[in-house]
Amino acid sequence: MLLLILFAPLIAAALILSGASARRTAIVACAIELIATLFLFLKFDRNASGFQFVSSWTISQTWGWRFALGADGLSLLMLLLTAIVSFCAIWFTAEVSKNENAFYSCLLLISAGAIGAFASIDLFFFYAFHELALIPTFLLIGIWGSGNRQTAAWKITIYLALGSFIMLLGLILLYRSLPEASRSFDFGVLQTAAAAGQISVEAQRHIYLLLLIGFGILISLFPFHTWAPEAYASAPAPVAMLHAGVLKKFGLYGLLRLAIPLLPAGAEYWNKLLIVLLLGNIIYIGLVTIAQKRLDWMLGYSSVMHMGYIFLGIASANILGVNGAAILMLAHGLSIALLFGITGELRRRTGTLLLEDLGGLARIMPFAGFAFGLAAFAAIGLPGFANFAGEILIFFGAFRRGASMAQFQIFQVATTLALWGVVISAVYMLRAYRAVFMGTMNPKWKGLTDLRPTLRLPISLLVAGLLWVGFFPQTFIRVITPPFRTYFAAK
Amino acid sequence: MIDVLPWLVLFLPLYAVFTIIFVTKSSRRLSSWISVATVWISFLGSVILFFSAKTNPPSFHWIDLRPILDIPFGFVLDRLCKTMLVLVTGVGALIHVYSLGYMRDDKGVSRYFAALSFFMFAMLGIVLANNFVMMFIFWELVGVASYLLIGHWFERDAAADAAKKAFITNRIGDFGFMLGILMVWTATGSIVFAEIASNISKITSHPEYLTITALLIFCGAVGKSAQFPLHVWLPDAMEGPTPISALIHAATMVAAGVYMLVRVGFLLQPSPIALLVIAWIGTISSVIAALTATQQDDIKKILAYSTISQLGYMITAVGLASGEAAMFHLFTHAFFKALLFLGAGAVIVMLHHEQNIWKMGALARRMQTTFLTFGVGTLALVGFPPFSGFFSKDAILVLAYQRNPAIFALELFTAFLTAFYMVRLVLVVFFGKSRSDSALEVEEAPPVMTVPLIVLAVLSFIAGFGFVAQRFLPFAEKEATVFLVPLLAFAALILGGGLAFSLYRNRESDPIDAAILRRRFYFDELYAWLIDSTQELLSRIAAFFDRWIVDAGVVRGASGATWGTGALLRLIQVGNLQAYSFLFGLGIVWLIYFTVFR
Repeated sequence: MLLLILFAPLIAAALILSGASARRTAIVACAIELIATLFLFLKFDRNASGFQFVSSWTISQTWGWRFALGADGLSLLMLLLTAIVSFCAIWFTAEVSKNENAFYSCLLLISAGAIGAFASIDLFFFYAFHELALIPTFLLIGIWGSGNRQTAAWKITIYLALGSFIMLLGLILLYRSLPEASRSFDFGVLQTAAAAGQISVEAQRHIYLLLLIGFGILISLFPFHTWAPEAYASAPAPVAMLHAGVLKKFGLYGLLRLAIPLLPAGAEYWNKLLIVLLLGNIIYIGLVTIAQKRLDWMLGYSSVMHMGYIFLGIASANILGVNGAAILMLAHGLSIALLFGITGELRRRTGTLLLEDLGGLARIMPFAGFAFGLAAFAAIGLPGFANFAGEILIFFGAFRRGASMAQFQIFQVATTLALWGVVISAVYMLRAYRAVFMGTMNPKWKGLTDLRPTLRLPISLLVAGLLWVGFFPQTFIRVITPPFRTYFAAK
Repeated sequence: MIDVLPWLVLFLPLYAVFTIIFVTKSSRRLSSWISVATVWISFLGSVILFFSAKTNPPSFHWIDLRPILDIPFGFVLDRLCKTMLVLVTGVGALIHVYSLGYMRDDKGVSRYFAALSFFMFAMLGIVLANNFVMMFIFWELVGVASYLLIGHWFERDAAADAAKKAFITNRIGDFGFMLGILMVWTATGSIVFAEIASNISKITSHPEYLTITALLIFCGAVGKSAQFPLHVWLPDAMEGPTPISALIHAATMVAAGVYMLVRVGFLLQPSPIALLVIAWIGTISSVIAALTATQQDDIKKILAYSTISQLGYMITAVGLASGEAAMFHLFTHAFFKALLFLGAGAVIVMLHHEQNIWKMGALARRMQTTFLTFGVGTLALVGFPPFSGFFSKDAILVLAYQRNPAIFALELFTAFLTAFYMVRLVLVVFFGKSRSDSALEVEEAPPVMTVPLIVLAVLSFIAGFGFVAQRFLPFAEKEATVFLVPLLAFAALILGGGLAFSLYRNRESDPIDAAILRRRFYFDELYAWLIDSTQELLSRIAAFFDRWIVDAGVVRGASGATWGTGALLRLIQVGNLQAYSFLFGLGIVWLIYFTVFR
């Protein structure tokens, strides 16, 4: 089943490149991907621990190198996110200015790369699939982007390549930190070895720092974030949806999958640094977001800001915090995809995203205004949407860590500041919504048309996902908790 | 049957929301009737619940990570909750009917009723919640409902700004509320009210912690109930349709803060400092709001400031450690303030959306029902015996008299001001000469609007009597009556009313011009300056820093190094992005091969 999910977009990409009808093939492939993922989710055994649906092929016996796929609750969550957002991104794709087939196959490659990275239970393919997804991202921005696309493409390329490189260095050191006999690429074997204390504390510190910075760059951790808003502003809407929604979660997934469970002492050692940086994401970037004058830049920065909350959940390293982080990863992916999707439609119509040029659009584009409003409120953590369920778990988890009734410790201070970030996000999001959709309308927008009716499908899908997780977070918590329980049982 | 009743009461309005959005949106008639029907059924359900002995309905786990955290979705269903249920659905039902008339010609009727039903859902959730998180969830949801309804006429810049301001101001209060919730949970290990109450010793053993926690939770009420210093959003919220002002911004949502404080009274009572702060915030709010109300010209703004002032009374009662007195005033206020707003709405709509009282005048003869019911509301608000406001305000004044003389003096002064601004309002609107053309030709409002007025007028009259109030409110033993207090209150009332009568009888324009009151003590200007000199300045600095230091410095530094590589690549004629990406991927594979498999 995992193979089908992985190969559906890959085969479709190949077919499209060899001349099949681009849009239709891509949509069919993503529909297969989505349905198969949902099917997996239903078949998933909540009570079993470890990876399920495992299939593996040995590539080299001597190096213990295998191509192995499998999923536990966390990877399943990410697969679901990938499948939903891929389907919606493809569906949102409007007419492509040039070379349509290449455009669609690049999108499918991103989707396949993300699926591969989240479904691999092997260090090598975990890394390789992510690279597979990055390269088409660069191309899509560089070739089909808008505005200052060359600079944006260069910047994201250099930045993410650097991040990947540092991360790779960390992964290699991780592999070599184990004694020769127990070296393996396999996640399960690594986990057993780490649990047995085979990675020295000293080594954990070095490796964790490398992984934190490497993954951090990919996630736009402050101060390595400046690639993000520029790239998202230039990228075609479906690319921004896929990258901000899905691919950026790879780094967070890596931290949750590898860095925290395998290197707990390292994580502990660098936690203060991480807290400072993540507060940079929440407070400093939050302020930067308020000052933005363009909708796409504002969304790009807001996405950077929200990474701070996920980092806070990861830093708290207890069952509440990491559960919250996982839920928020899904929630953020869905909400930012919807925001970028609708923003792309706005840009197609108006040609500008300067806040001061827009205004009152809800009157002529009521559906766009409604959908954007839902996504905006989801993004600022309104209860009922998935984002709130994630954030509140993170707040509870972080606030609990090292709490004393005599004095606020570092985690309590960080939680307090992060809570203030919720006010900041309301300020920038409602300001933007006010500037774009409410108030008096500029008469030159009189002839604009609302979103085409077929977009109801992807929008409903994304909103339904957000609402489902928001109303019934327990359906997902039940699935993602078991693997976490093994690492965080004591806390 | 009785088991599902609370669920039905709560979720029927939500069902109406979804039905309107997905099915009946295009039919304005159908949408409004669905909304009205569901609220009446909810009201019926609430009444049945009120008379049933049911106390412990089933719940499910919203988030279950026991043993660390358990967030149930459950209901309280005690006397307090049931009273609020009847009050909210009852006033809500009347205002839904009234809205049928008021919004008849509006283009966005379906949207309006969907938002109104959404509000009912959220408000009932607050009332029913048996734990802090669930209450916070619905707390935020009423904020959104309020945002949507204030911004109903979103094309008007003033409405759009007011909606945004209301939501953000409330979020500032909620920041404290959430932090307080986290602190309670850390100390007691639970978020369920009943469990916290039984573990209260874990938190009372740390008095300072308790005081901070109690004040943080109070922050939530300061935002929602529009108390000083977060009161600035409520007058602006009057940009919404008038039935909304009556239901959300007078009778129910703004009172949610008081309800919440009464609900968690067990956390506030053990901290004398917190109680003192709460009492004073309430008193300050009631005085400054009443002062401001004396110089407003917009009929809805006067009533809005009056609401802040009356909420201040309730908060003061909470601070004086009497949840009963606070709830009593909440109960009577809901009727007479809803009545006053709906009366004002009738005037406004019949005058073709004129809100300036100086453009009205002599409406008493032409709009008799409206005038008479408005008069009942006024008498109840100023506390004229035996109208309901007299009893509930007296309960609070007696408390203040016994426990804090300074607060008593200020609340008495507020009673004087209340009589002053209400008599001014009634004189200018309903008597004197008609001061505009539309005021000359005005007619009485249609029955769909006047019938709710009459019902509310009856309720405003009787709600204060013991035989009514005692059915709904759990009164502690009646304290020894202090005769001095009602006498003083009555004197203040006569004095304030008399002063206003002599000043405003037959006036064409306002004889008093106190700029500081007219400009609402310059709160808006002060806050604008404050935001501009902190948040805006900081965000501009941060944006500049991000663009020219972080981005330019760090990135250009890194890209400078890679430009070298780029130049190198150009030398071999493949300096484009695709090739770069490809070579990069190749390089990584090579790197892995040599470091790992060597």
